[in-house]
Parts: sequence; structure tokens; C-alpha cells
Amino acid sequence: MSINVSETLTFECETGNYHTFCPISCVAWLYQKIEDSFFLVVGTKTCGYFLQNALGVMIFAEPRYAMAELEEGDISAQLNDYQELKRLCVRIKKDRNPSVIIWIGTCTTEIIKMDLEGMAPELETEIQVPIVVARANGLDYAFTQGEDTVLAAMAHRCPECKVWTGEEKEIQSESPRKNSFTPLGEAAGRIRSTTKSRDTKPLVLFGSLPATVASQLGSELKSQSISVSGWLPAQRYTDSPTLGDGVYVCGVNPFLSRTATTLMRRRKCKLIGAPFPIGPDGTRAWIERICFVLGIETQGLKEREQKIWDNLKNYLDLIRGKSVFFMGDNLLEISLARFLIRCGMIVYEIGIPYMDKRYQAAELAFLQTTCKEMCMPMPRIVEKPDNYNQIQRMRELQPDLAITGMAHANPLEARGINTRWSVEFTFAQIHGFINAKDVLELVTRPLRRNNNLENLGWTDLVKGGD
Amino acid sequence: MKLAYWMYAGPAHIGTLRVASSFRNVHAIMHAPLGDDYFNVMRSMLERERDFTPVTASVVDRHVLARGSQEKVVDNMARKDKQEHPDLIVLTPTCTSSILQEDLQNFVDRASTISDSDVILADVNHYRVNELQAADRTLEQVVRYYLEKARRQGKLDLSLTDKPSVNIIGIFTLGFHNQHDCRELKRLLQDLGIETNQVIPEGGFVDQLHQLPKAWFNLVPYRETGLMTATFLEKEFGMSYVSTTPMGIVDTANCIRQIQERLNAWAPVLLNEKINYESYIDEQTRFVSQAAWFSRSIDCQNLTGKKAVVFGDATHAASITKILACEMGIRVSCAGTYCKHDEEWFKEQVQNFCDEILITDDHTEVGDMIARAEPSAIFGTQMERHIGKRLDIPCGVISSPVHIQNFTLGYRPFLGYEGTNQIADLVYNSFTLGMEDHLLEIFGGHDTKEVITKSLSTDMDLTWNSESQSELSKIPGFVRGRVKRNTEKFARQNGIAEITIEIMYAAKEASKA
Repeated sequence: MSINVSETLTFECETGNYHTFCPISCVAWLYQKIEDSFFLVVGTKTCGYFLQNALGVMIFAEPRYAMAELEEGDISAQLNDYQELKRLCVRIKKDRNPSVIIWIGTCTTEIIKMDLEGMAPELETEIQVPIVVARANGLDYAFTQGEDTVLAAMAHRCPECKVWTGEEKEIQSESPRKNSFTPLGEAAGRIRSTTKSRDTKPLVLFGSLPATVASQLGSELKSQSISVSGWLPAQRYTDSPTLGDGVYVCGVNPFLSRTATTLMRRRKCKLIGAPFPIGPDGTRAWIERICFVLGIETQGLKEREQKIWDNLKNYLDLIRGKSVFFMGDNLLEISLARFLIRCGMIVYEIGIPYMDKRYQAAELAFLQTTCKEMCMPMPRIVEKPDNYNQIQRMRELQPDLAITGMAHANPLEARGINTRWSVEFTFAQIHGFINAKDVLELVTRPLRRNNNLENLGWTDLVKGGD
Repeated sequence: MKLAYWMYAGPAHIGTLRVASSFRNVHAIMHAPLGDDYFNVMRSMLERERDFTPVTASVVDRHVLARGSQEKVVDNMARKDKQEHPDLIVLTPTCTSSILQEDLQNFVDRASTISDSDVILADVNHYRVNELQAADRTLEQVVRYYLEKARRQGKLDLSLTDKPSVNIIGIFTLGFHNQHDCRELKRLLQDLGIETNQVIPEGGFVDQLHQLPKAWFNLVPYRETGLMTATFLEKEFGMSYVSTTPMGIVDTANCIRQIQERLNAWAPVLLNEKINYESYIDEQTRFVSQAAWFSRSIDCQNLTGKKAVVFGDATHAASITKILACEMGIRVSCAGTYCKHDEEWFKEQVQNFCDEILITDDHTEVGDMIARAEPSAIFGTQMERHIGKRLDIPCGVISSPVHIQNFTLGYRPFLGYEGTNQIADLVYNSFTLGMEDHLLEIFGGHDTKEVITKSLSTDMDLTWNSESQSELSKIPGFVRGRVKRNTEKFARQNGIAEITIEIMYAAKEASKA
């Protein structure tokens, strides 16, 4: 097997035999984020078993999610879906009184073609609780894309924007539908600048982040005198942001392409295509892009970024020149790889479940310039990777670090390859200037562990040494 | 439809995968959507497995939904055959393939013509059986397949080994303390002068399965898995089996006596003598195991009449109930199991040893029962441990489902004589902890002086504004103290008196590794 290092980004697609989490896992962080929600996963024992084991202790803390476990009678349509769901939702309303119930469709509801979208509006009027339907199934999506389907579904339910006066609305409605996918370019900046001052341009950020990280990003923008008018999702469903024509939106995570599409096409929002605020370089590029589109001059960003890099020096010394291999399972890979290349690491391969070249366009371009500036070879990007082949490649390359799922972490460690679980990047706080340290804390942990255990002489721990 | 937060037994395919991946050089291919290979994570994390779990998925995606799997499953099996050269490939259906109703048997037939490995389709229906039943079935299916194959090839050797020997059936991966139990059983059998012919499925090779009938008898330590295989072997080859779980002093003795009986069917002919283990049992019970002495000691006397609740799989719940009631004089308010398919056996086992029997797989029912019974200690699964936490009742974990802390590195069998020691410790520690707690409450804690502040510094010139206070309260409890300290340190160093959100962020930013 030969591994070529190319000058431009290469995209490959393998067999899709890789390990990742089922997208229903998004309920784990979304139910915590949206405090007044209740997630009902309509699926089988398999889904339930996954949630129970993947979420560990959370399950015992009276979670606001549950399984609607399908039984043989449901599959063979001996039971009436509508009546069954009604029975469960009435009970949920009684026990928990949520502001919204989110139905998560699974593989099984897809295969038996259960019409969740059709039933939801009817049941909603009957029980007087909003019901949002998201199809987060393993047939179509991987891991974090689950959040994407939920947010896309919620985008439909956000209230209509009332920022514009009636007069303006008429003008808007006369103009032809502008729903092209191209992220706002140079022209965008002047669209509204004639009529409104900059603080009336509403900016809604989308992507679920812990409350502290969200307010950190908000305060970074505030220091550039941009106020964030809302988040999708908000801390409570009832505080969902208003959306509509003239609202600028920007994503904070790379896996939100459906949400972006929905916001543009269905809610007529203007998408700011930017790299994602992961790492100080990404955060600066993200803020700069937003400021540029909103017609604001940035202040002191370069110094701010430099200060963060200075603070990271200890970590950088540890990883400079080390190589890393992303097996790919959560779609954060491009942004993380770009950050690590800027840190001086060599990235051999970026495995990724799904690559939306349009939504991630700015991030991909940023990756390319980063490689050039750092004089690093372009990594190969492998979509739908094949874990078996990847392990063969890793044997040849012997990377200093593999970022991988938990299914492969222990076996790789036993073969002397350092690993970091990719899932942790999903749950840790990695966005913004302040949290750059946390990313490197994760990345360097196996390397620091090695420094501690260096002279013990037991790195290879499998019999036969294969 | 059923509203469910938690389940005791997993879906059927988990049982099949546990059996398949316990054998050596057997590969399982799941017919499943992306993300259903969570089994690999569990095995790698809980068992801390060093090797890659030999399970891959033949992914069911949109295309498969539209056109059927067609060549995909067969190709995947052929590929795995080339890559890993397994002895056996087990095609494993999941809930998804149950509804798709593709002709998986056809794929297996086609794959077996082009691959060097044997290929079988696990005969389990997601909607009819759970993890434990599926494991039982799959093990029987594999054993049956290889014995029939051996018979066809004329390789079947039915002569018994010269010395007494046994097959241990039902030790496998992700089983509750199975590895330790297996080691303890082997030691016990060695003490009894019995050779271990084979242990299946853990660590076994499928091409050795034709040697199974050479053993004098079979031992099935756990009811959940292995009984089907044992009855099959009895029917086909007249092999008798012992299914008394050697857990606790009384049942370990019972089990040994039954082994003695099985051996004596052959011993007079093959060894020219009758076997008698009574003196061994006596010696072990009175002097080697500490448990018999423990039940006479004053420690155990203090437990007399204390109330306990037991819940778990049929094997462990029944054995622990009997140990608590008969060997320690503890009153079992309720004994229960989630193995609904084994209800009759369970009731028969425990009916004289507890006030009430509960057969359910609904954890809220178990929780309600515990709240009602108000026991001094619970012996159950991880779920009961959490119920206990909420109700402030100590809990000893005695059965799956379990978390990583129950896959101990140290030697912790539940079976045999060492097992009795371990169980005595577990029971005693659960109760004394409860007692200690209770006493502390009566006497008002270790230190009755009121604690004014958690921090050791008394420097109170810093104020947190309301915004930063609410921000601080959002930080998870276990790191909040540290964040607070760091922020205040930062503020002091920079001569700042009022802490705002911005100061908090600046403090985090400034803190170096």
C-alpha cells in the first residue's frame, strides 16, 4: 500500500464500514441543553440498549428522555401507532409537563414507514404540547448529524422575525425567492447597510453548546460590538430565536449542514459561511468573517489570537512535529485537523463520515491555506472510511496519535499506538479562544501519560506482537 | 409500545455477539445500520479487551432499503474470510433485519460456497427473545453445527477420557465475574481430581468442539446460558449434566455431591473405585472457606433479622437469596428477577426463603418495591445501586447489567469456596456501611462544629456580581470550587475587587497547564 502526499486536498470515499455512534445519541446533550424539552425515541430495544450504555450514569438522573419501545404488535401494525403514541405522550405530559416533546425517528420507524410527521400535528393539537419530529436514524446519518436533524426540525418552529417594518416586508415579498446555497460573499455586506445601522442586523447562531461556551462566544462578538440576537437551540424551547428574511445566521459546528440549508431555504435567513470557532485560529477567522459580512471592522483580534497562542506554549512544545491520524466518526475532524496543523502537527489522514463541501467550504479553504503557511503536506480526506483498511494504513504509518472511537482505542493502545477517544471532543468544551487549551489538554493527554511511563518498557501488550 | 427508560437484558443480537466473540477465531457480521456496532465499544471498554472485537457490520443504509442487500452481505462475508481467515463466520440479524425479512439464509448458503470459513446464520428473532435467551440458543446452534459436521466427516470420538473430566459450559465475554468464576471452578475441579475437557465458549476453538463428548459430564454454572447446549448433549450423546450453581456454601456442597453422583456412574467401571467427596466438602466448609465461620461469628449475629431485598438475573438472585436467608439469617423481604422466561424455576427456588417474589423487567416496579420494603441493604444490579443511592440504602451489586467497576482486575469469583468469602465480604460491607451511616446520623456526624466556609482562606474582600454568580452556578458542581478559587486568585493578583463574567473568562484564559 503506498501513501501519497499530495499538494492539493484529496478526497476519497471508502466502503463506509466504520464505527461511530448512532445519531440518536444527540438526545444525551440536547435534553440537557434544552431544559424544558422531553425527547421520545421511537425505536426498539437495540436503540434503548445503546442509549443506556453510551450515556452511562446520566440515565439514572431522571433524564428527560425515554424510549417508546416498539413491540411485535407495533411492527405488524396490530396496534394503532397514533393511539399508542398518544398514550405515551399524555403520560409524559402528566409526569414531566415539558414545553416541547421531540420525537426521534429511528431505523425501525423508517423501515415500517411510520408517519411521524403526519401524526405529530394532529396529536399536538389534541394534547396541547408542541411536537417536533426529527429523523435521526442510522440508515442516513452518523453520530453528531443527529443534532443536525433535530435543529433543522426546530428551525421550522421558531417564531417569525418581526424586526422589519411592514413596508420593508412588502418589498421583501415582491423580490424573487433568494434561496441559492452560496454562502454570503462580498456583496452581502451592503444589502441592508443603507437602511439600518449595524445593531439592527439580527444575528442568530446555530449549534448546541454548553451555556458557558455560548456566552463566551457571545462576549467575544460583543467585544467587536456585535450582539447575538438568539441561539438555535436556546436554553429553553420557549426562548427559541425569531427567524426570517434579513436574519443573519452562522453555524458554530461543522455537522450542521441540514440546519443551514433549512435556515436559508425555508426561513430565508442569510448564511455566513465561515470556518468554525475551534482553536484560536478558527475562532479569529470565524469572528472576522462575521464582522466582514456585517460590515464591521475588527479590533484587536490579531493580538488576542497571539496571546492565546502564547498561553499554549507548553502544549505546543509537546506536540510540534508529532503525527496524527483521524479515523473519523463525528464530523469535527476537518476543523480539529486544521487547528492541529496550525499547532505544528502532521496530519496523515482525516477520516470523516460525511463531507458537505458547500457548508464546510470556508473551513476547507482555511485548512488548505493553513497547510501552505505551515509548509505541511495536505492530508487525505477519507469520506465513509473503512476501519479495517485504516488500521492497515496505521500499521504502516505508525502515527504518534490516533483519534478514534472507543471500539478501537484499547486494541490500538495494546499495539503501542497512542489514542484519544474522538467522542470526548464532542462533549468537551472546545469552542472559542478560551477553550483552545481544553482541546490541547485532550490531545496531549496520551503524550503526557507516555512521558510519565516512558522508561517502563511495556508499550506492546499483545501476544505474538501482531 | 412501551415507555422505557432502562432495560435489564439487552436485545437478542448482543447475546449472539457475546457467544461468537467469546470463541477464538470466530467472526460475527451484523446485518445492521450504522451505529449498531456498539457491542464493540462495550467489549473494548468494559472488558478492557486488547484485541479488536471480531464483529463487523454489513451496513444497512438507504440503498439497501431501496434495493435489498443483494451482493453486499455476501461480499462482506467473503472479504472477512480473506482478511482474517476465521474458522467460522456468524451472520447476526438485528431488529432491522428482522423487519426487512431478507433471505439471510440464502446469503449464508452463497457465502459458504465461496469462503474457506464455515458460515452460519444465528437463529434468533429480535422480537421473541432477549440477550440471554439468544446467547443460550446461539451457543447450542454452534455446538450442534460442529458436532453434526464431525459426525458427517466421521471425526466424532465418543470414547471417554481416562481420567474423570468435565466441560464447563456458559462462560463468556461481558458475563458478570465470569473470568474469575471460571478460574475458581477449574481450581475446584482440580481439587476434586477432575480434568477440564473444554470451557465453552470463552477461549474455545470451534474446530475442537467435536471433542466435547469425551468428557464424563457437563457443568452449567449459570442458568441463563448453557442449559440448551447441555440438554442437547444429553439427548444426542447421553451426557449427563450438573446445573446447580456452586454459589454459597450449601449449594457448592450440593453441586459437588451431584458431580460425585455423575462420576460414580462411570467410576466403578473405569477407575475401579467409587468417588467420595464428603471429607473434602467438610474440610473446605469448616476451615478453608471463612464463610461458615463467619456465619457463627458475632459480626454475623448482628445481621440477624435485618431486612434485605434481592434482584438480578435468575441464577444470582436465587443463589444470593438462599445465602442471605439460610447461611446468614438475614430476612429477605423480596427476591426478584428480570428473567421472566425462567419464572417458574425462580419461584420454586426462593419461595421458602423470602416474604415476597417479584418477576418483572420494569425498573420502576423494582424501585417502588424497594421504597415500600425499606430494607437495610439491597443486593441487585447497577440499577438497584442507583435506586439505593436515591433512597439512601446501601447496595451490593450481584448481577448483570453492570458497569466497568464490576469488571475488576483483582480476583473476585462468586462461585466456589473463594466465592463464599467474597460474598460474605460484600454482604457484610453493605450492611456495616449502612449501620455506620445510621450511627453518624444519630450522633450528628463526625464533627459537630458548624462549618462556615468551605475555603480555607478568610480573605473576604472579593465580591461576585449577580451575573458572574449565576454563571458560576452553571458550572458543574465537581469543578465549580476549583473555578471559583482560580478566578479569585486571578482577581487578587490583578487587584480586582468585583468579579464579573469577563474576569471569569480572563482567569480561565490566563491559567496555564
